[in-house]
Amino acid sequence: MSSMTASLKNLREKPWIWSYLGMLVVWLATISFTGGKGGGDVITAALSFATFTVIVGIGQMFVITTGPGNVDLSIPANIALSGAVAMKVMGGENEMLLVGFAASMGCGLAVGIFNYSLIRVLRIPPIIATLSASFLILSTAIAYGRGLKIKPPLLLSDFTTLQIAGIPVLALFIIVVATVMSVVLNRTLYGRSVLAIGQNMRAAWLAGINVERIRFATYVLSALMAALCGFLLAGFSGGASLNMGEEYLLASIAVVVIGGTSVAGGKANVPGIWGAALFMFMLVTMLNTFGASAGIRLIMTGLIIVAVITIAGGDKPER
Amino acid sequence: MTTTQIVNFEAVAKSFGAVRALVDVDMQVVAGECLGLVGHNGAGKSTLMNVLAGTLSADTGVIGIHGQNLTRHYNVAVAHDHGIRCVFQELSLCPNLTVAENARIFHASLKGFGWKKRAGKMIIDKLDEIFPQHGIQADDVVGDLTIGRRQMVEISRAFTVSDEPLHLVILDEPTSSLDVVAARQLLSFVRKVVSEGQSCILISHMLAEILDYSDRILVMKDGEVVEEKLAQEYDRDSLVAAMGNVVESEAIEAHEENIKIRGKTPLVVKAVPRTQTGGIEFCAHKGEIVGLAGLASNGQKRMLLQVFSAADRHLNDTRVEGPVALVAGDRQTDGIFHLWSIGQNVGVRSLKNMVKGWLIGRDQEDAMASKWQAKIKIKTPDMNNNILSLSGGNQQKALFARALGSDAEIVLMDDPMRGVDVGTKLEVYDQIRKEAEEGRTFLWYTTEMDELFNCDHVYVFRNGQIVSELSRSELTEEKILQSSFKESA
Repeated sequence: MSSMTASLKNLREKPWIWSYLGMLVVWLATISFTGGKGGGDVITAALSFATFTVIVGIGQMFVITTGPGNVDLSIPANIALSGAVAMKVMGGENEMLLVGFAASMGCGLAVGIFNYSLIRVLRIPPIIATLSASFLILSTAIAYGRGLKIKPPLLLSDFTTLQIAGIPVLALFIIVVATVMSVVLNRTLYGRSVLAIGQNMRAAWLAGINVERIRFATYVLSALMAALCGFLLAGFSGGASLNMGEEYLLASIAVVVIGGTSVAGGKANVPGIWGAALFMFMLVTMLNTFGASAGIRLIMTGLIIVAVITIAGGDKPER
Repeated sequence: MTTTQIVNFEAVAKSFGAVRALVDVDMQVVAGECLGLVGHNGAGKSTLMNVLAGTLSADTGVIGIHGQNLTRHYNVAVAHDHGIRCVFQELSLCPNLTVAENARIFHASLKGFGWKKRAGKMIIDKLDEIFPQHGIQADDVVGDLTIGRRQMVEISRAFTVSDEPLHLVILDEPTSSLDVVAARQLLSFVRKVVSEGQSCILISHMLAEILDYSDRILVMKDGEVVEEKLAQEYDRDSLVAAMGNVVESEAIEAHEENIKIRGKTPLVVKAVPRTQTGGIEFCAHKGEIVGLAGLASNGQKRMLLQVFSAADRHLNDTRVEGPVALVAGDRQTDGIFHLWSIGQNVGVRSLKNMVKGWLIGRDQEDAMASKWQAKIKIKTPDMNNNILSLSGGNQQKALFARALGSDAEIVLMDDPMRGVDVGTKLEVYDQIRKEAEEGRTFLWYTTEMDELFNCDHVYVFRNGQIVSELSRSELTEEKILQSSFKESA
């Protein structure tokens, strides 16, 4: 009994476990409905699509972890712009792949610097700053528009859709990136500083942390991740489109929160983002399999997310 | 005077996991007395008071209030209904509300048109009564007040009366953030209240306060009451002995021979307060302990922050040579990372030196944690526990360890001994002395007169200006009080 409560306590300290449990339950429900058919395909599809959510989710996680009020709403616009720019620069040529990649990273860097300067120099709250930035970025993408009808280089589209034994290679690649980011969060000066700032910005400053440099790095990191997502997504879906980033606005925030990162800042984890992204995708797949109508699907998605967060987010208030 | 019993605790016990915070504690409080409560950090004083205030429930034991056995359904509301109020060490005011609004939270009967005015009058009247010339307005937002003023508001609020009864006020380290004058005002007010038939429980690490102002003293150690006598039966030495203190109380005097000749070592800090034009310059030389004296919140902390922010860049009015670390006094706002372990809180200032390649070395972090746990005696079974599992004084020790364990050559201390017990204080004083001899510089803002006698040189602040400077040999309590109050012509 006591070992049971001890292991339960251990579980509580690993908030990401719940998103994986949720994913497992949803997957089992789906394949029991289909009588075991298509279980593997669901996983393959979930890995393919969750990959993109994870990329932007990691960036968003770092931003949210720097404390209340910090959020990056410019992610969708950034995805659209960097995808479009990369497609245009590459013009479908394999040789231009690296140049295109550099171009989309350049877009991300510019967006990150722009976001941060709005926040820092003009002292606009991050939620407003990144939202208004996103209008400007999207307008730029529209004006630039020429990248939109261009096919990605064959090499890129092959790489983003390549599978080995049903496992998308891109997903494996992003699992490595997530692992690295997890180490960055927990074991580097930068990650520790982010966690400290999220708990108490003033105490972090007085403990000798360069608060503004870290916040700058965080908004740039988030923008770079969004740009990476835009680049890969354009390759994956056969070209860039203006609205291809749309669903990632809420998804990037949802996976962070469902994954067990505290919205109040100072507490974060990377594994949960993967679990949450897979969970979200499988949830929609399950409801589709059940033949639920669009209305029911939305209601169920909402309810199940609330349920998972209630169970997982059992943070007792301190004192 | 009749001796009506207000509180009767019998064999009250409380454990947190494996830690036995209270072991069969008996405690009685009668009407019209001031009960002093002393003991080391982590002795269980605050836990006992939390049980009495209803914020923690006892595991076993009997809780009797006004002769009724209330053990089964005791909580904050019941305590409040029975006239028991508590001023906690961790201040409990809402920082985003005004002083008047905070007063209203306590008094549900203040409603209808003009409640804000009445609440404001109520709290300001009480402030005037306890702390004349407090300088607080009813519509001040609490978060903008200094920690000393917040404490004044918190204390005064506990003594305000509307239609609920008031029998007992618990004062947990009430003077830790107050300067000498305000502390005296409070303590004489306590005596007045007690003579009118109400009761107080007074917790303080300043033994003189306990000896002079309480009627009866309860000594706690490791969760138990080890001794209970009338206050006049104790003197400082016997009280220290009862607490089980290993450090001799004469240790303070021993420092007095440490008088250095100022200016023999290079200058490391030179600054003029921003609120001052001309006048006395603030200077600190390598290896000096420089005191910032005067009444609370007269610009001392601003001076420290000015030095702190000048450490990594060049400013015209402030010159600082060498890395700086700060020991926070207002630990909730300036110090603690509440989601982290004790070890992480200690290590955060020194992470740069723990990096190997790209990563923070776990071994170095653990080593620093256990080194400082032993060195400064942080009372915990495991440095990996959350920082909030520590008592207030022990949290403060962790903040000390953070600064002393860092690479800083200049350590700024913002009245850092709030809630730290006598034994630890003396050990930390020794540590500071030793490190100063090895070349570290300390800038020490303190509201405690005794602590100034550890300094080599003292600057007295009033209204954001330096009004006088005293070397160690010139330093007397009278001189400091005189310049703290001196009216500018």
